[in-house]
Amino acid sequence: MPAVRLDAVSKVYGRGTTSLLALDQVSLTAAQGEFVCLLGASGCGKSTMLNLVAGLDRPTAGTIETGGRQIAMMFQEPALFPWLTVTGNVELALRKLDRRKRRERAAELLDVVHLGGFAKKRPHELSGGMRQRVSLARALAQEADVLLMDEPFGALDAMTRDLLHDELERIWRERNLAILFVTHNVREAVRLGDRVVLLSSRPGTVIEDYAVELERPRRTESAEVAKLAGEITVRLKEEVSRHGR
Amino acid sequence: MAVETRDQIAGLDALEIQVKARRNIPAAIWGRLWPMLLAVSIVLVIWEAVVLAEFWPEYVFAGPVTALGELGTRLGEGEFWHAVATTMRRAVSGFLLAILVGVVIGAAVSRVKLLRAAFGSLITGLQTMPSIAWFPLAILLFGLTENAITFVVVLGAAPSIANGLITGVDYTPPILLRAGHVLGLRRISLYRHLILPASLPSFLAGLKQGWAFAWRSLMAGEILVIIANQPSLGEQLHYARELADSARLLATMIVILLIGIVVDVLFGAADNALRRRWGLDQRIG
Repeated sequence: MPAVRLDAVSKVYGRGTTSLLALDQVSLTAAQGEFVCLLGASGCGKSTMLNLVAGLDRPTAGTIETGGRQIAMMFQEPALFPWLTVTGNVELALRKLDRRKRRERAAELLDVVHLGGFAKKRPHELSGGMRQRVSLARALAQEADVLLMDEPFGALDAMTRDLLHDELERIWRERNLAILFVTHNVREAVRLGDRVVLLSSRPGTVIEDYAVELERPRRTESAEVAKLAGEITVRLKEEVSRHGR
Repeated sequence: MAVETRDQIAGLDALEIQVKARRNIPAAIWGRLWPMLLAVSIVLVIWEAVVLAEFWPEYVFAGPVTALGELGTRLGEGEFWHAVATTMRRAVSGFLLAILVGVVIGAAVSRVKLLRAAFGSLITGLQTMPSIAWFPLAILLFGLTENAITFVVVLGAAPSIANGLITGVDYTPPILLRAGHVLGLRRISLYRHLILPASLPSFLAGLKQGWAFAWRSLMAGEILVIIANQPSLGEQLHYARELADSARLLATMIVILLIGIVVDVLFGAADNALRRRWGLDQRIG
């Protein structure tokens, strides 16, 4: 039984002649503990897919099953609440615990993302990478089995991104998460994914599902990663140029 | 490997965290004070120049020395402080009532679509209505009483406060709403943990504007509705004009202006504190 299962999911925005088919009959599964990267050019509906799984939007057709699993999501922006401290933001996801437990748990999670010393800071005092780690700690606080990530490292510099890849990989293994990770960066997808799912654009459909069998830990700059990324890029370019004709 | 990553992250964090410049408090106060003192001196000089030009006789338009002297004497009089106390009591109680009314209306209108369609533009309309236009009705309804003044003060301030809250709710950043949804915030918890705190800056702006309207309405009211044995700042303006006591009139006006400035500074301090906490105070350059 997969952790997430999309079955012939379609999503149409708008009505009548101005309607836009964003997703067309997408079927996809991710097992518990599996790291799946969703890759595609603009307009492939990859963010739409995550929104549907997260329940932020409803599919027009098809079904999404998550077997009642707890789902957490990270966005491209950290989306932290500016009126709360770092620990306050994490504690918000722990509302159901009592005050003392909440504080302890938040401190543990901030240690996991190496931000133990910044609990009392406010989000605006941190760098982009640090904020994104707070956002990760907040997502982990939900005790989720499924983590949805919508280009979470897209706005970060290369060095920070590399480090966060290592961290995310460690956390994913320790917690046996199912991760759906949206990106348009091919190397990032190959670096992280057990599978790289390639989507077409307008409408979004699954056109290729690569199993990445390279040994972990992988390096973004390694020759193996570059080779597979190169193959996938060729396929992606074919797909993109189809729209120019 | 893990240790190495950890060290790299710690190093990057240390490099990226903002270093705050220490503020030199006396210098900061002086830096804000001297432009104000300069402005006040310029106003006093122009005022004296107009008096010296003798467009009006001295008993109609007193000079700054006479007016400030009058103000100095009045600071020692019990009646003056009684007047200030009455006016401030009316201002504060009227403003608090306006907050209550404004918050209830704002919350209802921002929450219920039908109410918004019905009353949304009416509230904005009320905001633009000069409050003095309400007084004839208020006096008919309540007579020459304190209630007439309170009625108009609340009508003047509540629409701004309600609108501030409505705007704040409307402009809650969508990305935060999405994050809140994923975090399981719904209905009451959504309001408590997300929408109300997010609307705070706009609500504060509404309060500030509401205060300005309340203060104006109150002054208009005190000039029109004079209650026996209740000295107030507006009433003193009225009698100073009747007695053609220009120094006293100007002295009272200075007091009204000063109170307005002090309250504005308080709102400004609250706004600055909020901006600093939220990180909205980053200046360019």
